[in-house]
Amino acid sequence: MSEVTVLSAARQRGAMPLRGRSYMAFALTPEPPIADWLGELDAWLRGSSGFFAGRPVVLDLSAVTLTSSAIAHLISELGARGIRIMGLEGVAAEKLGPGLPPLVTGGRPAPVEAISPKSEPVSSARDSEPTSLVVESPVRSGQSIFFPDGDVTVLGSVGSGAEVIAGGSIHIYGTLRGRAMAGTSGIRKARIFCTRLEAELLAIDGYYRTAEDLDATLLGKPVQAWLAGETLNLSEID
Amino acid sequence: MGKVIVVTSGKGGVGKTTSTAALGAALARSGHNVVVVDFDVGLRNLDLVMGAERRVVFDLINVVQGVAKLPQALIRDKRLETLYLLPASQTRDKDALTEEGIARVIADLRSRFDWVICDSPAGIERGATLAMRFADEAVIVANPEVSSVRDSDRIIGLLDSKTEKAERGERMAKHLLIARFDPARATRGEMLGIQDVLEILSIPLLGVIPESEEVLRASNLGAPITICGQQSAPAHAYMDAARRLAGEEIEMSIPTEKRGLLTKLFGRRAA
Repeated sequence: MSEVTVLSAARQRGAMPLRGRSYMAFALTPEPPIADWLGELDAWLRGSSGFFAGRPVVLDLSAVTLTSSAIAHLISELGARGIRIMGLEGVAAEKLGPGLPPLVTGGRPAPVEAISPKSEPVSSARDSEPTSLVVESPVRSGQSIFFPDGDVTVLGSVGSGAEVIAGGSIHIYGTLRGRAMAGTSGIRKARIFCTRLEAELLAIDGYYRTAEDLDATLLGKPVQAWLAGETLNLSEID
Repeated sequence: MGKVIVVTSGKGGVGKTTSTAALGAALARSGHNVVVVDFDVGLRNLDLVMGAERRVVFDLINVVQGVAKLPQALIRDKRLETLYLLPASQTRDKDALTEEGIARVIADLRSRFDWVICDSPAGIERGATLAMRFADEAVIVANPEVSSVRDSDRIIGLLDSKTEKAERGERMAKHLLIARFDPARATRGEMLGIQDVLEILSIPLLGVIPESEEVLRASNLGAPITICGQQSAPAHAYMDAARRLAGEEIEMSIPTEKRGLLTKLFGRRAA
């Protein structure tokens, strides 16, 4: 991403003063061969479709040598992918015809902040591939594991006062002493499994049982919990 | 370069300060250069347990703020010449501690001593998180009862997330010291057993200190139990724990119920 200075005209009592403004823009830097670079771009966009939609993008041509018709072709290729080019960088001014975006200079590198390409395609990822989270250490008192996108597996115990919240099922290879809440995204078929039950609270899709309502004969045993109608059922796993 | 140990627990009154003093003195007795640091700003106690309260001039806050130099604030123990105390301030509060200041003082102590043992205040607030912030290893003091064990679990979680070592992606070594263990009450089920505590916390055991009046007596005398009550059972347990901390392999001895001749004869349990 680079900072681009754009001059804007503002009308003021007959005069036409020009004011400078700085904006943030993404800088795309094609590398030869262009066809391969476009292929890489396509692959990246598949995971982050719509990432560039409505965002200002500057094309940095310093790494390639292109004729003005090739530049126009590249810009139309990018346009077909939903990327609108607002300016060009790293190219001789005489190559730019009237049909091409203007040359911008003086761009400075800037950090890409608060935009993670992975955060957007969550919904599409959920449709295509199931996700799960594996926690390889005990969940200690006061810690909260929140994973709305799928199953959570804990290799270790969940301490008293700790909680595990999952959109899907919860698997605990250890003692469950804290809270486990499964199916929080409305998945009623989610289940909770643990190798030793001493839980403070179990819940699936909002239906819950506290320690007081748990069958005392199941305490200390390997147990699974599932939802049938509006009842949270528990049984020993043998 | 010395090793920085934080003695912490979450819950108050479980024996952090007593254990800091006892472990510090035990290490110093085996020839190590040791400093015990009181982080309990506003509620200092370590100076009393070390018997140095009448010699405090400067304290940790003074050093953190640059009012005093470190050697001016360090108090040498009268009984063990390799044991030092860096006292806390009683008149200030924990907001006077800055992270940069603590980092500087800890780095300075680390270059002067083999062991820097930090006595954490109770709780999980600023004082406690700053005490653990720059530690290399942690000693978690727990009593065999549910509230203490749960608080310890919470502290272990913080050690794994809020310390500099954890933020560098390294794993902090943790040692469990079970204090105030009463074998008779554990047998009767009035206290958690050692195995229960170990199962819940799942960190290695450094030692089990039996509940004893000797410990209280030592505290009131202003001497670590490993100095003034060397022959007592808790002193032995602390000496062994200190040697384990220093890397020695010593067989773990779990305190067992003492039965008098009469109770044995009549086959009854000691009440």
